[in-house]
Amino acid sequence: MKALAARRRHPAAIALLILVGLLVTGGAYSFAAPKDANASAAAADTVAQGKTLFLANCASCHGTGAQGTNEGPSLYGVGAAAVDFQMSTGRMPMTSPNVQAPAQQDIKFTSDQIAAIAAFVASLAPGPAVPDQQYTTVIEPGTQENNEAIARGGEIFRVNCAMCHNFAGAGGALTRGKYAPPLQGIDPVHIYEAMVTGPQSMPVFSDTNIKPASKQQLISYLHAIENRPEQGGMTLGNLGPVSEGLFAWTFGIGILIGCAIWLGKKAA
Amino acid sequence: MSTINEERPADALRAHDAAARRDHEETRPLGGIAGWVDDRTGGTKGVSTLMKKVFPDHWSFMLGEIAMYSMIICLLTGVFLTFWFIPSMTQSPYDGSYVPLQGVMVSDAYRSTLDISFDIRGGLLIRQIHHWAALIFVVAVFCHMARVFFTGAFRKPREINWVFGTILSLLACIEGFAGYSLPDDLLSGTGIRAMNGFVQSIPVIGSYMAYFIFGGAFPGELIIPRLYSLHILLVPAALVGLFTAHILLVFLQKHTQYPGPGRTNNNVVGYPFMPVYIAKAGGFFFIVFGVIALISAVVSINPIWGYGPYDPSPITAGSQPDWYMGFADGALRLLPGFLEFVAFGFTFSMNIFPGSILLLPIMWTIIGIYPFVEKWVTGDDREHHLLDRPRNAPARTGIGVAGIVLYSVLFFAAGNDLMAIKLHLSINDITNTLRVLFFIGPPIAYWITKRICLSMQQYDRDKVLHGRETGTIWRHANGEFEEIHAPLTPRERWHLVQQEVQEPFVVTETTDAHGVANPVARKDQWRAKLSHFYFKDRVDPVTPAELEAAHHAHGPALATEPTETEAAETEASEPAIERH
Ligand code: HEC
Ligand code: HEC
Ligand code: HEM
Repeated sequence: MKALAARRRHPAAIALLILVGLLVTGGAYSFAAPKDANASAAAADTVAQGKTLFLANCASCHGTGAQGTNEGPSLYGVGAAAVDFQMSTGRMPMTSPNVQAPAQQDIKFTSDQIAAIAAFVASLAPGPAVPDQQYTTVIEPGTQENNEAIARGGEIFRVNCAMCHNFAGAGGALTRGKYAPPLQGIDPVHIYEAMVTGPQSMPVFSDTNIKPASKQQLISYLHAIENRPEQGGMTLGNLGPVSEGLFAWTFGIGILIGCAIWLGKKAA
Repeated sequence: MSTINEERPADALRAHDAAARRDHEETRPLGGIAGWVDDRTGGTKGVSTLMKKVFPDHWSFMLGEIAMYSMIICLLTGVFLTFWFIPSMTQSPYDGSYVPLQGVMVSDAYRSTLDISFDIRGGLLIRQIHHWAALIFVVAVFCHMARVFFTGAFRKPREINWVFGTILSLLACIEGFAGYSLPDDLLSGTGIRAMNGFVQSIPVIGSYMAYFIFGGAFPGELIIPRLYSLHILLVPAALVGLFTAHILLVFLQKHTQYPGPGRTNNNVVGYPFMPVYIAKAGGFFFIVFGVIALISAVVSINPIWGYGPYDPSPITAGSQPDWYMGFADGALRLLPGFLEFVAFGFTFSMNIFPGSILLLPIMWTIIGIYPFVEKWVTGDDREHHLLDRPRNAPARTGIGVAGIVLYSVLFFAAGNDLMAIKLHLSINDITNTLRVLFFIGPPIAYWITKRICLSMQQYDRDKVLHGRETGTIWRHANGEFEEIHAPLTPRERWHLVQQEVQEPFVVTETTDAHGVANPVARKDQWRAKLSHFYFKDRVDPVTPAELEAAHHAHGPALATEPTETEAAETEASEPAIERH
């Protein structure tokens, strides 16, 4: 994609792009047409609607053709998955320049609108699609097979993700104010999409890297630890020894010194 | 009934011994079991002196007790853990009741700790008590040290006990680190991995040392069994032994006390060990145990099941040591990477070595020798059984606070990643700020603390001279307003005027009779410089003459200082006084 981006201002680029576009759409059309002409017409509609939405909300940063500007990167090849992830978690459209686009609670777009923009962006260049249900359904513990699948997911998580997201998915700091967010309460689809698209400082975990079935195990592990009772009691945010030390220095010794003062005041 | 015929003919020859024998029988004080034991050990005399030992009462004297009790709690719960813990790194698939780990290859150490947590009744509670007690133990040790330092309780004759305490605190940290490394989870394994790196960073011999400690390449199979021996045998034995010596010295030297009416350098005002103090102390043990058990029952610590088994490839965000090793971790985070260099074919990892290996001995040596340095500066060879109020030793208090600031900078640096997340700051900015603070923080802290101490002394002076502000405002006939000051009672005043003041030491002769520079004088000059640093700024306590003059201005009569017994009477019910 980099090479493409670098040459996009080349006079031949437009011609090339049109050629590629024709070939791709033509190819896609010939592929889809025999099956259901209506469906493809509907798809074309969605793409058009997506384009309108894109021009209104995203083009200021990503450029009218999603080719990228100084304000935002090119979206060629990021795929529908990236758009779905970025928009459904409220990261895009980005509201203000920041070290990192934060996830937001209120999403201003309906899922149809998001799907439309995703379709538009996906139509520009091939990229990861929104994953289908097969790999985003959570494996529930119960049978030995399921338990071991979940445990396997835990191993994959610790090897690939814990260094940034912490062992319990509580989040962690990266350089210069960037951070890996906590992973509690994230939709399985978004976890999957985050892996295949690698938002911001996060690396991409492609399907050759972590197989779809393994991704499903990983998602199930995150789900399992989130829904376990806390055996040990309050977790102090699962932040490791720092929060434990802080607790010992404040509540621990604080209560004990309080008792000592009380006892010291007591006449014998 | 004895069948020995006690009437021996030879007894007639020793008739004059009879009186002594009768005396001995009559003075035997105890019957029952105590008497039985005394007959065989002669222990009554020692025990009864012990029972009559007087202890002064103050909450800050109980910090050491908190440390002692939490150590005992660690020892007791630790024994429970040894019943089930298996210090072995042999791998096998996990099949216990924690679902998200089933089928994963784990070591025996990790599995047995999981079993303690999930499959052994009460195991998790005991584990959490053990770990919380360990953290609180070291917290209490440090607080206790700070109390001893700021009150000057380390002065003659207690320097040895200060050194013992210093070693105890080091041992406590080592004991904790060894324990933290045992369960072989991802966090403890990362800690061992880091230790391996630290040892390797020792110039020239580092890699050999690492092989020696690990019995081969990292991780090997030996490190956990080895740490286990240290953790349950060697270090606890050293801790308990040294602790016994420590407490024995407290008994022998008697406890220090805060200054107050009737409390002198030659007595101890407080309560006898038996029955009052032992009841309080015994009760306090249960309070400490109760509080720690309560915390352990409601707050999770070291959830090893979440970390997963150790495996050299993963690592988790938020990998930190337990807090007492945090300062060393922080030093590593602050040391810039460019300090590493290669010379003579060896790599000198000066970005790691100073923080991980050098810092510990340096820090504990400085702590250990402080009393001797101060003594050299003051040249004071007297015994001190009365404590200083921290404000009355401004330079020492300043040094202490500067030390705490230095330590805290390193300590907080170990949590730079969490501060970055929680405060929404850049980790790079935090690290750079702390680097600067490492150098400028301590002097600033010293200066501010010393100023605060001096102004508090000044305030004490004013209070003695002019009395306490009552908050009552009088309006004079001429319209002038005045706040009424109530004179202090002699008791109140005593606290404010009891301190000694030291003047800086001045060198008088720098050369000997022949005009040759005197090496002793050179040393004296150093001493003079330090003494100047310590005692240049000072506030003298109010003298009787000054007080007299002030009272002429104010009016009320001078009260005299209470005597020892008067003071003792005003203490709670029945205090005891023991003389040195
Ligand atoms: C204020 C400028 C701005 C606006 C408006 C904006 N973006 Fe972005 N977008 C960015 C920046 C900057 C990045 C790269 C950094 C990041 O991911 O936070 C980005 C990244 C992305 C990515 C991820 C690219 C990748 O490599 O994975 C997607 C997808 C995306 N934007 C989609 C959109 C969509 C769709 C909209 C409109 C709904 C939108 N953005 C609006 C600035 C913007
Ligand atoms: C190099 C560090 C890094 C690694 C490794 C990493 N991530 Fe991330 N992850 C990030 C960052 C940074 C973000 C924030 C991206 C953003 O805000 O757009 C993120 C975001 C996410 C999100 C979105 C959370 C949300 O709030 O919506 C998920 C889900 C996620 N990561 C899952 C994973 C999984 C699963 C793995 C392992 C396969 C992983 N990450 C590995 C750094 C990392
Ligand atoms: C006196 C101070 C002591 C300190 C500061 C201390 C500290 C620790 C720490 C921090 C751990 C890690 C615990 C965890 O992961 O939950 C630990 C584990 C352990 N300790 Fe200690 N300990 C002390 C004494 C003892 C003693 C005296 C024994 C045995 C006689 C003991 C036996 C154990 C065992 C078997 C473990 C591993 C089991 C586990 O982690 O659950 N400890 N210790």
